Amino acid sequence: MDSKKKNNKAWFLVLPVVFVVAFTAIIPLMAVANYSLQDIQGASNRLFVGLDFFKRVATDPNIQDAFVRNLNLSIQILFIQIPLGIFLARLMPRSGWKASAALVVMAIPLIIPWNVVGTTWRIFTRGDIGLGGVLVNQFFDYNLSEDTTDAWVTILVMDTWHWTPLVTLLVYAGLRSIPQAYYQAAAIDGASPMAVFRFVELPKLKRVLMIALLLRFMDSFMMYTEPFVVTGGGPGSSTQTLSILLTTIAIGQFDLGVAGAFSLMYFLFIQIFSFIFFTVLTLDERPGATKVTPKDKKAAKQEKQPNKVSSKLKKVQK
Amino acid sequence: MAEIRLEGVAHSYDGGKTYALNPITMTWKDGKAYALLGPSGCGKTTLLNIISGLLKPSEGKVFIDGKDVTDVITDDRNIAQVFQFPVLYDTMSVRKNLEFPLKNRKVPRAKIAERVNEIAALLGIEADLDRRPSKLRSDLQQIVSLGRGLVREDVSAILFDEPLTVIDQNFKWTLRNRLKRLHLATGVTVVYVTHDQTEALTFADEVLVMNEGSLVQAGTSESLFLEPKHEFVGYFIGSPGMNFLDVEANSSVLTHNGKPIGKAAKAGLNGRHRFGVRPEFLIPSNKSGLEFKVDRIEDRGVFKLIHLSKDDFQFIAKTEEDYEAKVGGKVNFSFDPKRAFVYDINQRAVSTVSPSGQGGN
Repeated sequence: MDSKKKNNKAWFLVLPVVFVVAFTAIIPLMAVANYSLQDIQGASNRLFVGLDFFKRVATDPNIQDAFVRNLNLSIQILFIQIPLGIFLARLMPRSGWKASAALVVMAIPLIIPWNVVGTTWRIFTRGDIGLGGVLVNQFFDYNLSEDTTDAWVTILVMDTWHWTPLVTLLVYAGLRSIPQAYYQAAAIDGASPMAVFRFVELPKLKRVLMIALLLRFMDSFMMYTEPFVVTGGGPGSSTQTLSILLTTIAIGQFDLGVAGAFSLMYFLFIQIFSFIFFTVLTLDERPGATKVTPKDKKAAKQEKQPNKVSSKLKKVQK
Repeated sequence: MAEIRLEGVAHSYDGGKTYALNPITMTWKDGKAYALLGPSGCGKTTLLNIISGLLKPSEGKVFIDGKDVTDVITDDRNIAQVFQFPVLYDTMSVRKNLEFPLKNRKVPRAKIAERVNEIAALLGIEADLDRRPSKLRSDLQQIVSLGRGLVREDVSAILFDEPLTVIDQNFKWTLRNRLKRLHLATGVTVVYVTHDQTEALTFADEVLVMNEGSLVQAGTSESLFLEPKHEFVGYFIGSPGMNFLDVEANSSVLTHNGKPIGKAAKAGLNGRHRFGVRPEFLIPSNKSGLEFKVDRIEDRGVFKLIHLSKDDFQFIAKTEEDYEAKVGGKVNFSFDPKRAFVYDINQRAVSTVSPSGQGGN
């Protein structure tokens, strides 16, 4: 409200957090920035190279491929997991012991350490002893260490198993917060189940879905552990995510300059992408975004008038 | 338009431990306006939701035009309902909100446009038709909700669940008159839930007073005022409510602490009862009747409220503006023998009461 005086001193209260974050995030990040701008051979042997490493990252065909591959993977994941998550959330019981049971079952994949998920799926998908691998082999010729499609689909299915529950739980919470009266009104209005979803549930789920979308995008774009354990990025580089490639460059090849520049660009891309995402999705909620029609202004004036009257009254009383 | 009949309808939300609605059997006649009046939590909304089909009663049957609709879903009952707080589709404009119930029922386009314009004009929201409901003030939002309930033409009944709670006092009156006019013009059966007695008494042909899940009395506003058949009606309707006094009946002679109060018209009443008389029917008298002390006089301009006390009880009397008395002084009040009642331990009226010293004994 414009009537309230802004007190910027409250920002000082943020200082302790800034201090902690400086040690855990900003200073390490600056070290990365340091490596990305200089070619450091030893403690006393360094050469400022400017944006050379960044140019190399931008033009490296392997990195470009990995970028497109990872973006592709993230988009496929979003297209599968968001609708599936909504679908499952709508099927979940609303109350009673069944609701609790469903919540526990849904949450199980989320509490398993990522490495364990990878290992589980590594064994599960083995053609000789894995339950899934043997089963699928009855119908298709399935071998994820030789067939790129098999590997890709396996990663998609594994991630869907692992992370769809997150979307489901978020949407379930969103659905529970819709007052019963909206469903009652829709029943009175003769709305079809599809219309109830489209006009009652979806608008109310907007915020929750945005969070789900952002989390799933960021997580899938940074995916490392599970594909590393299951396919190691292969066969070839068919399931090599950006994080797997980055680790190879930084630790395998010890190319710290390129790895530094890569890290910064990777980080910035996720930041910018998420920001644009958020901005576009919340466009209609911004006060300046919707045009103020003369009618709206009039209505606003009318609302303010009683205040004027009451302030006049106060003066009279004095 | 239709006749709605409830047969032994009751509802329990906790599987029979407690009843939100005790068994009710009654008929809502075609084309009449009914008001359901009662305090919060008395089962009004439960009853309404059972009629519209949002709630399946745990016991009893619902009939619309003689057809058993107990298991028929809301959508197929053709009943409109307006809720207490605005319920709107955020992503649709006001116009789209009003069109929605008609579109779902495949009403022709031209007809939809006509109905929406009619209802918008009736409610005075033509200027807001193309705005988003979320941009409207909350009372306008409620009016749009109201419009969505009124827009269908062929409904069996319209149920209003305290629709004007959030509306500003002045506009409330205007809107209620418009709803009343609409009811008279269309002849649709209307059930109007409220906890405001003025609203109920001015709107409805018949008022049903509910308390603690039971229907305590149904009747015209006049009969509820003149002949409250249940203590709750005496207490809830009228302002101030009825004066009550615990009395002991002995062969229909009523006494309080051994002192005579009156005599019941019905013979053979014995044991604990309650005596009740409305402030309007306590009449100043010279020597007869009961002697009170005047505690306080409230001058309300067109009438006076006299706060009286006697021994261990207090009464309030409503008198003409020209009635004069001294605070602290002694006055005598009698009561109208047709308008004073004695209630049994179930709070039901069993007889009228005439003052002692009159009517024999």
